[in-house]
Amino acid sequence: MLRKELGLFLLIIIIGAITAVLNPQFISQINLSNLANQIGLFGLFAIGVGVVIITGGIELSVGSMLALLGIIFLDLLVNHELAWPLALLITVGGGVILGTIHGLLVTQLRLQPFVVTLCGLLIYRGLARYYTADSTAGFGYGSGYETLEWLVSGRVGVVPNAFIFFVAVCLIMSVVLHKSVFGRYLFAVGKNEEAARFSGIPTKLVITAAYSIAGLLTGLSAIFFVFYTQSVSPSAHGNFYELYAVAAAVLGGCSLRGGEGSILGIFLGTVLLQVLQNLVNMLGIPSSLNYTVMGAVIMLGVIADRELQRRRMQKIMIESATARATGKPSAAAG
Amino acid sequence: MMTEQILELRSITKTYPGVTALSGVDLTVNSGEVLGLIGENGAGKSTLMKILGGVVAPSAGTIRIDGVEHASLTVNSSTGAGIAFVHQELNLFENLDVASNVLIGREPRFGGFMKLIDQKALRARVQPLLDRLGVDFNAGTLVEDLSIAQRQMVEIAKALSYDARVIIMDEPTSSLTLTETERLLAVIGELRQSGVSVIYISHRLSEVMACADRVVVLRDGQRVGALDRGEITHDAMIRLMIGRSLKSLYVPPKQPPRDQGLVVEDLVTTAFANSKVSFTIRRGEIVGLAGLVGCGRTEVAQAIFGVDPALGGRVTIDGKPVKLGDVRSAIAHGIYLAPEDRKRSGLVLDLPIAENITLASLPRYARMTLVDAAAEHKVAEEQGRKLKIKAPNVDTIALTLSGGNQQKIVLGKWMSMQPNVVIFDEPTRGIDVGAKSEIYALMRELSDAGVAILMISSDMEEVLGVSDRMIVMHEGHVSGHLERNQFSEHNVLTLAVGGTIQQEAIEHA
Repeated sequence: MLRKELGLFLLIIIIGAITAVLNPQFISQINLSNLANQIGLFGLFAIGVGVVIITGGIELSVGSMLALLGIIFLDLLVNHELAWPLALLITVGGGVILGTIHGLLVTQLRLQPFVVTLCGLLIYRGLARYYTADSTAGFGYGSGYETLEWLVSGRVGVVPNAFIFFVAVCLIMSVVLHKSVFGRYLFAVGKNEEAARFSGIPTKLVITAAYSIAGLLTGLSAIFFVFYTQSVSPSAHGNFYELYAVAAAVLGGCSLRGGEGSILGIFLGTVLLQVLQNLVNMLGIPSSLNYTVMGAVIMLGVIADRELQRRRMQKIMIESATARATGKPSAAAG
Repeated sequence: MMTEQILELRSITKTYPGVTALSGVDLTVNSGEVLGLIGENGAGKSTLMKILGGVVAPSAGTIRIDGVEHASLTVNSSTGAGIAFVHQELNLFENLDVASNVLIGREPRFGGFMKLIDQKALRARVQPLLDRLGVDFNAGTLVEDLSIAQRQMVEIAKALSYDARVIIMDEPTSSLTLTETERLLAVIGELRQSGVSVIYISHRLSEVMACADRVVVLRDGQRVGALDRGEITHDAMIRLMIGRSLKSLYVPPKQPPRDQGLVVEDLVTTAFANSKVSFTIRRGEIVGLAGLVGCGRTEVAQAIFGVDPALGGRVTIDGKPVKLGDVRSAIAHGIYLAPEDRKRSGLVLDLPIAENITLASLPRYARMTLVDAAAEHKVAEEQGRKLKIKAPNVDTIALTLSGGNQQKIVLGKWMSMQPNVVIFDEPTRGIDVGAKSEIYALMRELSDAGVAILMISSDMEEVLGVSDRMIVMHEGHVSGHLERNQFSEHNVLTLAVGGTIQQEAIEHA
């Protein structure tokens, strides 16, 4: 099961090594520290999107949600001078509510996840722009949230807190996904919703919960991004980020058909994406080619994975066929 | 009327590994006749028709069309010879209109390389076919706006558009109302008048009586008899359909059934909104649920288990009510279903054996919501041993196992959860003989341990050989109960076709 993740890890090492040889700046402390920060920021919501993808769904609204929730958070903190724990709670709660609404629309009204979350993408972006009349919101001279600012944008030594937080979330979600009853249900529902239902698994609840988790992590992400960018321009903030998340999940071994994927995979997928971004800068590739490099690597990764999996399946089928052919007489004799 | 032989099948045999689907079947079709083809579930009707349609090649035998011999047909040569199908499940494009469906792939074109469709010519070519059938819609009507009976007429029009000389209708009336059925029979009469032959496959013997010129009966892949116009009666048909020697599989229960058990009262399923189904299954007995395909057996099972909603009725176990339309309530009461389509509904094929076995009871093997892998493996290995699942270990992916072993996983899932009632829907379909008898033995073992067992089966040998008692269904209602001393193929079939006398009174009143 870990073969996929190992392959991804080796790929990251190889790409990293080549980049480091071509430009030693790549492994400088400051670059690695910044890279880690980026990974933390982009990984947090990618985990959420990955969980939804494992159920066989998709979540396309995270970019717009980052903008809307970011704007609300800033407004609460700066204009309404709310205590930061309360502002944080409202923002994260807002994410959970939006995610849950997506989940309910998918499970109760049986709408397609793509459509539901695409509408979310449009609606939240519009709302974010309307909220501030399209103007950029910033912290201005607000104060009273220095603790929070340090928590989300500070560093322990050279390690950015965002990265530490992301790793912690990964560890927790690993346990939830790979060790808990809920996690097992999530994979079962993603693989075969019908059989899950016939086993008494509350499939609708499980799917809705996946979207709620995505909303929760997006809400947390929103706060990290606000402090990272220091201001939110509602028409650009978080644009395309849902695609980073989908890309990280797919690179990490999540199948868009559902039922496959791991937290470690999504983690490594995020790392690879950010390394690629960084590499474009480091190697002096025109930054306009940024997306092209990313797209090409994902495409190659998916093709390689597809081929490997096909061969593995073939091997399994042949093995089981020979086992069945040779197994029968021995069972009859025994 | 001039009758000439269009089609002759001679000693057609079809074998699959381990199974003989057809052996030495002869069949002739003359022009302008309606040939009724009857037989129980699994008698070989579908295989024979697949051979005619060129979908399946016979293992031996010849097919003679207009005097030319063929060893086998292809779909194209079958169509070319004028053989057309009207399928049980209609193969139409709902989003297209009638004309486009009839001439799909053969649209009149213009515009050279652009291959634009000439809508006018398309409709002009299809409308005469519809006029011939006397239908109440036109070539431009969207198929999604048509009823099932009307769609069937579209299929017949499509058959006629190929200049079909033989139209094969497989259970054409299974979802038609009485008046629609009469309309179809009238159309069949008109087709016969115009020299088109029809092979009419149906479980509804009174319809066969109403329209067939000749009846051929299949049983166990063999042609067991034919009836001419004057000889076609219910009784004659049933007598031919049954009568094979059945192996006795019966193992009597160790003790008589207890009083308590599953009580189903006035259950109404979504498939048959006008029928109420009631029956009782006591703990310690195996009750067979027989009936023809499509009679509503599976729907009853799924309503009891709660995966399908019920429109009404009550289900109780030992007097305690079970919430309808709620799988979790059924499972909490120990009512379990081994579904008909185990690959789709019974198993998550890509998961290992152990994870499938604990799928319905996972919280029992969890501490603080975290799965205890050791406990999970223990129970999976225990079930694997008890059920003799043949696999390297319990981490083996279910997909790689044989049908029998997959079914054992489904059963292992429920056995590990102290069942009160187990419903087996076609428990041995696609399973080899050895695993079959193991599953029968398991059923008896469960019932002797006080479990109430309902077994749905289309396999006559199985349902007669394993059950202590039998319920027979017909078109959504219970048409009769049989005690062990009343067990016979004749009785089961008579009830399954709705009872000879009553059915005639209803359908031809």
